[in-house]
Amino acid sequence: MQELSDLALDVARSAGAGYADIRIVERTTESLTVKNGNLAEASSNRSAGFGIRVLLDGGWGFAGSSQVERGEVERTAREAVAIARASGLAAREPIVLDDSPAAVAVYRTPYREDPFEVSLDEKLRVMFEADAVMGRVKGVTLRTSSMEFGREHKTFASTEGARIEQEIVDSGAGIEAMAFNDQEVQRRSYPQSAGGQRVTAGFEAVRDLHLADNAERIAEEAVALLDAPQCPSGEMTLIIDSPQLALQVHESCGHPIELDRVLGMEASFAGTSFLTLDKLDHLQYGSEIVNIDADATAPGGLGTFGFDDEGVAAQNVPIVSDGRLVGYLTSRETAPIIGRRSMGSSRASGWNVIPLIRMTNVNLRPGAAGTLDDLIADTSDGLYVSTNHSWSIDDRRLNFQFGTEIGWLIKDGRLTQMVKNPTYTGITPQFWGSCDAICGPSEWTLWGLPNCGKGEPMQTHGVGHGAAPARFRGVEVGVGRW
Amino acid sequence: MVEPLGWDQAAIGSLLTRALNLAGEAEAEAIFTERIAALTRFANSRIHQNVSERDATLRIRLVRDARTGVASTNRLDDEGLREALNRAAATLALATPSPEGAALAAASSSTADPGLGFVAATARADPELRAVGARAVIAAGDAAHLEASGAFSTETATLAVANTRGMRNTHSVTQAKLLTVMMDGEGGSGYAQATGPDIRAIDPAAVGEEAARKASRSHEAVELEPGEYPVILEEYAVATILEYLSWVGFSALAVEEGRSFMDLGEQIMGTNVSIWDDGLDPLGLPTAIDYEGVPKQRVDLITNGVARAVVHDTATAARAGVVSTGHGLPAPNAVGPMAWNLFMSPGSSAKEVMLSGIERGVWVTRFHYVNIIHAKKGILTGMTKDGTFLIEDGRITRPIRNLRFTQSIPEAFSAIEAIGSETRLVAAEYSGINARVPALRLAKFAFTGASGAEAQG
Repeated sequence: MQELSDLALDVARSAGAGYADIRIVERTTESLTVKNGNLAEASSNRSAGFGIRVLLDGGWGFAGSSQVERGEVERTAREAVAIARASGLAAREPIVLDDSPAAVAVYRTPYREDPFEVSLDEKLRVMFEADAVMGRVKGVTLRTSSMEFGREHKTFASTEGARIEQEIVDSGAGIEAMAFNDQEVQRRSYPQSAGGQRVTAGFEAVRDLHLADNAERIAEEAVALLDAPQCPSGEMTLIIDSPQLALQVHESCGHPIELDRVLGMEASFAGTSFLTLDKLDHLQYGSEIVNIDADATAPGGLGTFGFDDEGVAAQNVPIVSDGRLVGYLTSRETAPIIGRRSMGSSRASGWNVIPLIRMTNVNLRPGAAGTLDDLIADTSDGLYVSTNHSWSIDDRRLNFQFGTEIGWLIKDGRLTQMVKNPTYTGITPQFWGSCDAICGPSEWTLWGLPNCGKGEPMQTHGVGHGAAPARFRGVEVGVGRW
Repeated sequence: MVEPLGWDQAAIGSLLTRALNLAGEAEAEAIFTERIAALTRFANSRIHQNVSERDATLRIRLVRDARTGVASTNRLDDEGLREALNRAAATLALATPSPEGAALAAASSSTADPGLGFVAATARADPELRAVGARAVIAAGDAAHLEASGAFSTETATLAVANTRGMRNTHSVTQAKLLTVMMDGEGGSGYAQATGPDIRAIDPAAVGEEAARKASRSHEAVELEPGEYPVILEEYAVATILEYLSWVGFSALAVEEGRSFMDLGEQIMGTNVSIWDDGLDPLGLPTAIDYEGVPKQRVDLITNGVARAVVHDTATAARAGVVSTGHGLPAPNAVGPMAWNLFMSPGSSAKEVMLSGIERGVWVTRFHYVNIIHAKKGILTGMTKDGTFLIEDGRITRPIRNLRFTQSIPEAFSAIEAIGSETRLVAAEYSGINARVPALRLAKFAFTGASGAEAQG
């Protein structure tokens, strides 16, 4: 690989590139799905290739190929330079990279049980066990158990002298129970929706989920939701559980702090951001108990790595301190614009695409409100919602609306009536400004979201979000006619 | 020896044969996909990303005794094929018997014109051509004092499928797509998109001018109180709605699993609504076969408001006692079949005429970040974007800030008051679904929130 990397950089330099880097990546994945007692999907996928990125006269060019051999590396390097030259046809100020040091290093995510060494029999045993428990609950019409595993090996080399090798292993699993009748479809998931929990770890993380132990509860809740009353409409005190709050952080904080969005570089697709540069160090993003960090070093996060895809070391940086906006996610191209050095969040979803500013693990720090039970006990009247069902937010990340799988009314410090189809909506800074309690470290979980989409061509990438349940006052719930 | 990229038919045929021969006694399906794609992206009126990629992948499915194993690889030499086959065989050996996804498609030959949807000029497009197109869009923005963002992409995709039941079909297509968002820096914005198999049919200057006109009219938007209003949805907005209707309801698996709004045989929308899927219509983005090799059939999904049919793959067709309509994704998959090539019947109204008679309503250019609130009721939510206007007394009077809608689509499509006489081909942002649709005037549409004013620092 070293020889091919050197060749690519030499060819790019000889063709006129002022800067070049190459990533050679091999990713292997395994996907398993059990539906209603049948193995519905079992697939193993391998994709390998390389991507060469060059700067020529201050304009970018990138070309990638799956054919990892000398002749194709030379051709692709020349193609990247030709593309960069074409960028000059519609250029403005030249792109300048920051002075991040070139690293020579090796990084591997730790794990105890290699998921690719665990037998298929054992994986199926875990899924069928959970499936059987859900199947014993009368009224459940569709049961799904799923697992996903990935191993990515990649090397990075640049004309600045960086030489980095990384191996990242991830594992995930989840279960879902659905119940439907003529009018309703209701779903409950564990430990969260969209495939469950996903972390950079081995199979031990799947065992720790105890899927079967939670199967009966979610199956019963799915059936019970069919006859539950509709979530009421109006302004209420809202307690959001940990996985739903993780997605709230993702949509209303993680995306708007991407500095490329702030600078208008994603305007034609995902949109821009209300967190414009004038708000850095000034905007009161949330209440004073709201503290959010971007931590690529957090153990087990789906946004955890040793170095980003520009070769910048993983870091933990504050984003919101005591409710005030203090940081952005940055890259080597964008950080100098705000007078900083990259904090290392430039990531590519594969060999065939360029690195973009992506979330690492954007985490809401735990608070001082104790356990979830403590928080509910401290709430006289409100709504508790759990597990994401739907999400939508505007192009500047201000107006959001979320649906969750289930909710319960809170009366006098206790959960009372279960309600179906809960939704809530708000405006980002007002919403976070209404946060008056966050549960403590014992309720905090670092969730993995494997399906964050960004860029053109669209890249789907894994990111992490830590959160503990939290309380918000005066939130509009029960949106729309049902 | 590694095979070169840019695979010809003989090389593809040889690869598929080698893969099937390696399968041994199991039944087998081999899917070859090749993608040669390039995209020139611009923002703040300059090219800021400029990329290309070449990838070719083989996916092999082995089936024996109702057990299935699937593996894919993009290493396509003999060693790579053997390694993938071994992975598929290892999965098959340990898999539990399952009727789901076990059946391979029966042999059937595609009769589509091999040139359907393929245009050599698109396949040959180079970075200079895309850069010149981007520059034309930027120039339209410059003329109106607007910042231009967007992407100009070209792609050549080949799909070839063979199985041990005698299936052998292949099809190559091209797609060019140019989109832009123009912004005035004060909240006003406009959008335009052009797509099709032929890059020569895309006029970058016209795309830029359409978006610039819309952005210029969007300057100094005011707030509108959320509520139910009559709306005119431009083609971009209608296409997004159809995209999500496909996700939630047009699949046989969605009906089978009880999560679709498609109540087959029942009147679910107004009598003026007809929606179908047709992968062979050259007015769309054609694809002659699906990922099981089955030739595409036209499927009339909703005719005169009545839910008539849904799309099938081999597995759902077998359970329903029908034949596949050619809408399979790589099988087995938990998602089920998918309607990708959607059409909605036009009406007789010019868009401007549709305004007549609307006392107070909303003109929507497009939607952003739509999601499903309730699949069975077809309730969606999302935001308007890049050109939302107030209609008063039959004419557009002023731009308004973006609105959030939360609306049952079957309910809204039961009260379509006018349908545009022209249709437009629109490619979805996220999913690859494309739709040729008219503009619509709906009697009412529920807006449940508004975009907030700028947060204060």
